[in-house]
Amino acid sequence: MALTNDHTVKAFDEDINRLRGLISEMGGRAEQALLQAMTALNKGDLDLAAQVVRDDKKIDALEAEVEQLTVQTIALRAPMADDLREMIAALKIVSVVERIGDYAKNIAKRVALMDQTRSIEAIPVLMSMSNIVVELVHDALDSFAARDAELAVRVTVRDKNVDDFYNSIFRTLVTFMMENPKYISESAHLLFVAKNLERMGDHATNIAEMVYYVVTGERMEERERGETPEESAAAEKEQG
Amino acid sequence: MTQEDLTITDPKMKAHGVNVFYGEKQAIKDVSIDVGTDLVTAFIGPSGCGKSTFLRSLNRMNDTVASARVTGQIELDGEDIYAPSMDVVQLRARVGMVFQKPNPFPKSIYDNVGYGPRIHGLAPSKAELDLVVERALVRAGLWDEVKDRLGESGTALSGGQQQRLCIARAIAVDPEVILMDEPCSALDPIATAKIEELIHELRGKYAIVIVTHNMQQAARVSQRTAFFHLGTLVEYGKTTDIFTNPKQERTKDYITGRYG
Repeated sequence: MALTNDHTVKAFDEDINRLRGLISEMGGRAEQALLQAMTALNKGDLDLAAQVVRDDKKIDALEAEVEQLTVQTIALRAPMADDLREMIAALKIVSVVERIGDYAKNIAKRVALMDQTRSIEAIPVLMSMSNIVVELVHDALDSFAARDAELAVRVTVRDKNVDDFYNSIFRTLVTFMMENPKYISESAHLLFVAKNLERMGDHATNIAEMVYYVVTGERMEERERGETPEESAAAEKEQG
Repeated sequence: MTQEDLTITDPKMKAHGVNVFYGEKQAIKDVSIDVGTDLVTAFIGPSGCGKSTFLRSLNRMNDTVASARVTGQIELDGEDIYAPSMDVVQLRARVGMVFQKPNPFPKSIYDNVGYGPRIHGLAPSKAELDLVVERALVRAGLWDEVKDRLGESGTALSGGQQQRLCIARAIAVDPEVILMDEPCSALDPIATAKIEELIHELRGKYAIVIVTHNMQQAARVSQRTAFFHLGTLVEYGKTTDIFTNPKQERTKDYITGRYG
């Protein structure tokens, strides 16, 4: 389809390819920021945390560059149909990826604020949660690069796992706080980390919804998500 | 596309299974489409796709081409326009046409507009004709620019004014349908914008069909768009749908600039 089908005006294809490259780079940096922030949290690595905060500026700069290129392309090339949808999606996706970068930065900033002796068991669970979020963000951006609506739908379905993790961690941390006031500060920080991860999962879903729109021209409906095998399997599991 | 969404209530013109031949060559293949008064319809497609040919079959302009032959059914208010009983001169008054290049008569502005109503007997007295001419020029958005020089030659006007004069001329005989064959392709952007504004103003008073190579123009002025390719009607739909989410691959390739 569109990927192999070139425009008569080659410069248009060059603009689109450059746009895709920038979004891909930005997504890669956001994923890396999240991974590094969680590693820094896990190991109490203050240098790595500081680097995540510094690198966030590059993500912001990429967002500005994509915005400029998109506005320029809309003005000069008057894109139509799937090209137009891609421009609109690009604008929305980069603003979401920028938010993901901010959440990673927020996690990194907490590393320095927390007592570096980890006294709470929640960290390994948070690491598992963050692994799923990284996968979701990665797959959401992959689905954009590959124009894969099915993968996008699967991302939205899998976001439910992240929400489940969050609810479970929330309960655990509240229990810690009730049991021992000494843990309140650390628990509060970790609760924010969990909340940040949960929000990133939602943002991955937002990206997936935009991808679905780019590919199909339709909005992703609730029933669309319900039709995937994962969800029906999960529903069966719950009933059984 | 769902059929209900696209139904034209009370269509002014209905074309069904229309084929147009130039000698042996078939220029239009089995095209069916309805045109209504409340919606502007745009025909788009690459050169040679048949959109102008089809447009010209709607008021029997193709009759002037010796080798042209039209089969199928085209109705105006339920009346077969190719029936032997149809008065072609009368038909072309009811289904007016505006061409690519402005073609005013080498006569005064007044006579350009007044000629049609006079020969069709729409204005028996000079006073009535004055009124018809003024009303047509007002509707065409030209009155204020020419009211003090109605005696000047129509060909002395600027290109954009000439085109609006031609639209006034078409309007003067009180048509039901106005066909426009690339009405802005010879005009600058300001004159084009004035014609587009005029089309917007005239919508609802006349059924308007416009053929245009300028897709932005089709997007701007029409509510329905028909995409023609190689003599067939590939896709017909709401203009917003055609330009944001066309259903056919060929439509998408054309409007996104991937054609050919």
